[in-house]
Amino acid sequence: MSADTSGRLPDLLYDDTERSLADALKTLLDSQAGLLARTESAETYDTALWRKVAADLGCAGLLIPERDGGAGASYREVASAAEELGAAVAPVPFVGSAVVATAALLVACARSGSSEAEAERLLRRMADGELTVALAVPFATAPGAPFPRSVRVAGPHQGDKTSGWSRLRGSVRGVADALPAAMLLVPSDGVPHGLYAVDLSSARVTRSPVVSLDMTRQLCDISFDDAPATLVVSGSAAADAVNAALRAGACVLAAELLGVAQRCLDMTVAYVKQRHQFARPVGSFQAVKVRLADLWVSVAQARAASRYAAACLATGAADTPVAVALAKAYCSDVAVQAAQECVQLHGGIGFTWEHPAHLYLKRAKADSLAFGTADAHRRSLASLVNLPAL
Amino acid sequence: MLNDAVSNEAVLTGEELRDRVREFLKNADTSQRQEFLDARFDAGLAWVHFPEGLGGLGLPRQMQGIVDAEFAAANAPDNEPDRIGIGLGMAAPTILTHGTDEQKQRWLKALWTGRQVWCQLFSEPGAGSDLAALGTRAVRDGDGWVVNGQKVWTSSAHQAVWGLLVTRTDPDVPKHAGLTYFACDMTAPGVEVRPLRQLTGEAEFNEVFLSDVRIPDSDRIGAVGQGWTVAMTTLMSERVSIGSSRAVPREAGMIGSVVKTWRDHPELRTPGLHDRLLRLWVEAEVARLSAERLRQQLAAGQPGPEGSAAKLVFARLNQEISGLEVELAGAEGLRYDDWTMKRPERANFFGRGPGFRYLRAKGNSIEGGTSEILRNIVAERVMGLPPEPRTDKEVAWKDLPR
Repeated sequence: MSADTSGRLPDLLYDDTERSLADALKTLLDSQAGLLARTESAETYDTALWRKVAADLGCAGLLIPERDGGAGASYREVASAAEELGAAVAPVPFVGSAVVATAALLVACARSGSSEAEAERLLRRMADGELTVALAVPFATAPGAPFPRSVRVAGPHQGDKTSGWSRLRGSVRGVADALPAAMLLVPSDGVPHGLYAVDLSSARVTRSPVVSLDMTRQLCDISFDDAPATLVVSGSAAADAVNAALRAGACVLAAELLGVAQRCLDMTVAYVKQRHQFARPVGSFQAVKVRLADLWVSVAQARAASRYAAACLATGAADTPVAVALAKAYCSDVAVQAAQECVQLHGGIGFTWEHPAHLYLKRAKADSLAFGTADAHRRSLASLVNLPAL
Repeated sequence: MLNDAVSNEAVLTGEELRDRVREFLKNADTSQRQEFLDARFDAGLAWVHFPEGLGGLGLPRQMQGIVDAEFAAANAPDNEPDRIGIGLGMAAPTILTHGTDEQKQRWLKALWTGRQVWCQLFSEPGAGSDLAALGTRAVRDGDGWVVNGQKVWTSSAHQAVWGLLVTRTDPDVPKHAGLTYFACDMTAPGVEVRPLRQLTGEAEFNEVFLSDVRIPDSDRIGAVGQGWTVAMTTLMSERVSIGSSRAVPREAGMIGSVVKTWRDHPELRTPGLHDRLLRLWVEAEVARLSAERLRQQLAAGQPGPEGSAAKLVFARLNQEISGLEVELAGAEGLRYDDWTMKRPERANFFGRGPGFRYLRAKGNSIEGGTSEILRNIVAERVMGLPPEPRTDKEVAWKDLPR
């Protein structure tokens, strides 16, 4: 038997704080325009929208403690926000900066001991949205993956500072939310292996935008050519920081996927009520309505899974690894199903470039691969809940 | 739907209610089961949301939990709710909403204290999902009625002394308008109960044949022609009682036995079965969390339509998991424990062997609303999708094709 859950389960509903944050985000995001055109522009991320989400609504600092200028909120609020951002396929680096990079820095802070550590300095600058940070790992990396080795600590250049200063060499492919970032956290192999902060204004870092499946969250390949770097945390603490970041990312993507799924369902239901063929709304045909009923059921189930994962992560419950794997595995499949049904049940218009259904399909499919596929998370459950393969 | 309204202005607090139960327990004799239950009913501590004088105190339904916890803590005898589920969950709310004062006095106490078991005479061979098409006839005869017809899938009919009976009293009007509802005395002449053997080999249910059964008009519930409205009360109450069930631990239910087999028998494991097992484990755990979320919504006074969803998922998962379990058993899956015709005390979805569980689960998507009808309910009542065009609503029942 896995970690005990026979006792009381946490609150799986939304509290007033979460609801008001979600409402504020929805109001802001409903007025979003030009999303489709942006995906074919040079600036695929909407930095003006991100400023509003990050600073005006305080989403950048949700997880950051109040003493460092953040909101001191929990993963419950973060998950609620992610649902709304997913529902709007908003091109903002919320997951990359406010969740993944922040989660890594929070572990680094807790483990480094010193209050004047680099991690805490970065968190203070991130809290109000002034600084956007990304963790330089491939977006497809699953929690529990081995510590990345594609970037190495290189020897110092002449004249480099002797303490806390390093140079990094190597590359990372397919990083999410790094294009709008000003700073990277880079897991690097070497002595000491660790997590390093790299300022993206350095000419020794090159970001190459990737033609991505999901252009509302465009990836980039990054190369480091003896890039100057500051050590944030090293050794096992660095590995723990990266792993915690990946787990937080998987949890929050599950919530984002839930938001995607719910919006796909809502759009489709509205469309089949209004679209007439054979002198009837197409939504009156059982061939259509039965599929939507099944989807409605799946989305309701996904909500329980996502809420449970957020609640576990919020309190650091022992069941967190199970809860996150469960939510990411389940919500990935449901969101992809929802987006596929959205395209199919819109018929011809759903297959056009002009209709937004494809943005949801691409976001759902990309998210389903990110931070561990459904299959990867089911395989991790196999060991977590003692259901071995052989 | 039950009326939860408070009948008097002196509302008890939870603390006062708890004190009242403790006071009652102090003076009660728990060794005499039936007398104890009578006294509990008379004290208004049977179902506190019922009115005073009918076993309740006119309190909100949620306060029943306080009472139940006190009686359970005192190890007091209960009314064996599993044995009288149809009475408690369906007959009582129907009688309370549509019965006369005389009927409430006559039936509710005997029902709650378990003296009288009730059953439900709704489905017919020709009226399953389309309940309103039923054809059992009740014809007026002096101060009573004469009933002829056949009912089916009646659990507890062989133990029941009363049946909730829907009949057709007017075949000349559209089907929903010509129905009348009765309580049928199951001991009356002309009532014949036969076991209905199901594909598992046993018989949980019955067929009930009604031949010239005389029912006095004083056993009619609701007005003549109002049977559909009364039947809806019965069926809505069924959903409320399903929705209030408690959360279960992880790996309870159908998934529990298959994971045990997996852990105990490494020799049965294959990659294909492993993948299916993990998928079903995820679905079963998510279904458990969803059931808990639904319970929390109800407790917070935000009833959602997720109840129909829970039943759909329950049926599909039970079928898929038990199917996997038979396959996992390999050669043993070719054997069955017992085909002998038996009458089980109550339905047991998770008991006996994998073969029985696999076969019994086939009923889960049929009983209590087929999965097809539940999908229509989710689509039309929850999402508001337009109904199919209907050809049966304006036509007199006798003229419907059948």
